[in-house]
Amino acid sequence: METIQDISINEKKEVEIFVKGVKKSFDGINVLNGVDLKIHKGENLVVLGRSGSGKSVLIKLMVGLLKQDEGTIDILGNQVEKLNEKELQHLRLKIGFLFQGSALYDGMNVMENLSFSLIRNQKHLNKQMINKAVTDALEDVGLVQTMYQMPSELSGGQKKRIGIARMMILKPQIILYDEPTAGLDPITCVEINNLINKVKEQYHTTSLVITHDLSCAKFTGDRILMLSDGICIKEGTFQEVFDTEDPRIRDFYNYNFIQ
Amino acid sequence: MNSASGNEILQHKFSFSIWFRQLFVGFYNTAIFILKIFKETLRPPFEFREIIKQCYAIGVNSLPIISMTSFIIGIVFTKQSRPSLIEFGATSWLPSLISIAIVRALAPLITALILAGKVGSNIGAELGSMRVTEQIDAMEISSTNPFKFLVTTRVLSITLMMPLLVAYSAVLGLLGGYLNIHHNELTTFKTFIQNGFSQITFLDLTASIIKSVVYGFTIGVTGCMKGYNADMGTVGVGKAANASVVNSMFIIFIEEMVIVQIINYFRFA
Repeated sequence: METIQDISINEKKEVEIFVKGVKKSFDGINVLNGVDLKIHKGENLVVLGRSGSGKSVLIKLMVGLLKQDEGTIDILGNQVEKLNEKELQHLRLKIGFLFQGSALYDGMNVMENLSFSLIRNQKHLNKQMINKAVTDALEDVGLVQTMYQMPSELSGGQKKRIGIARMMILKPQIILYDEPTAGLDPITCVEINNLINKVKEQYHTTSLVITHDLSCAKFTGDRILMLSDGICIKEGTFQEVFDTEDPRIRDFYNYNFIQ
Repeated sequence: MNSASGNEILQHKFSFSIWFRQLFVGFYNTAIFILKIFKETLRPPFEFREIIKQCYAIGVNSLPIISMTSFIIGIVFTKQSRPSLIEFGATSWLPSLISIAIVRALAPLITALILAGKVGSNIGAELGSMRVTEQIDAMEISSTNPFKFLVTTRVLSITLMMPLLVAYSAVLGLLGGYLNIHHNELTTFKTFIQNGFSQITFLDLTASIIKSVVYGFTIGVTGCMKGYNADMGTVGVGKAANASVVNSMFIIFIEEMVIVQIINYFRFA
């Protein structure tokens, strides 16, 4: 089995996420059956797949929220499954994660949501610096006016954008997006797609987008990976992936087209 | 017929063994959860701001309902006790009776049951909804220890606030009792205090404080454990809130029985 040690030194520098032979099952049901993927520095990989294909499980494994049964996950040179709690916390600071439902803290307003991780992880910052960082992050997503609003007062699209701002405030190297456009109207989807591209250009981040939305995949992905029944069935550019006769991919494409 | 009843016995045995195993797993998980609370409480960084915020939410916000309930119970208990004491011509014992009942039993128990309903359900529902909407995961990913920030602070706050709330409840209960006695027997406040506290011992006060700490810890642990481990979406949140209240109350009654036995052992030793 190829590991991160086996790939050439030049390539090693470039590969920021390396997943090999990852398997995961829940109550005897196999969700991931040996997933392999590599994401290079500055690249935006989109993992496409139907609901229940194990996409969300895959990124939760990457940040150590779940543990795989088999295989290795290497992020920024750290083998995630071998990290202790402290090392994992350190690695997580370099990773941004946008949850499907945004996961904003209900009991805090937007300002507190954004400053929460800053206050805890960058203790040298004073109040003014934190306020500036929060304002800058909100300006990036065009929602400065919501600073003192509670999450319950925001729309779905606004929550996603605040989620992106909260994630970007720590200036992560890697960003993991879990269904960034799920449940949004087409216009807001385009806004979120543009924001994903803007973040990548502005901060030169490496990203992994988990989605079942073809338009999101097409607009944001440098490379697409198709996941089905817990394995990668096709990898390449959008054109390469969908220029195929594989019925699993054709069905997925046609269904999205009808939608 | 015989075979059918044989199957029924087998089924009962089977379900009993599952129930017993679940009970044992439940005890084990609770023990692990409590050990983790102690470990995280003693390990820096300490979440002082969150503890103060929770103390305010738990303590100050519970004052109105505790005031009303304790005051009314003081009056009602005095009213209910008077006829029996009149029969023996012993109405002068009312202050002592009221004080003993309130300090030893009613104040800790009433406060605990009110907080189990008000705070326990709140903690269960809040943490449960945070779990199912991935807010706890989000906290973990932002390199914050969610267990320490959410669970330890809440358990610590309710454990610290409970003795204060019990003392407050006792004062209000005694005030209710005094007003009723004063209205009927024209007893002065000084006499009420002298008679009432003549029977209250150091052991009674210590027992009340111990009880309140134990009850507070129980409510905190039960609410946090049910909420923190909630699953199955909104149904899970409802179950967590419900189980927080029901389990807390059940455990509090068992603890009351055990603590009373222990105190009585010391009282009559």
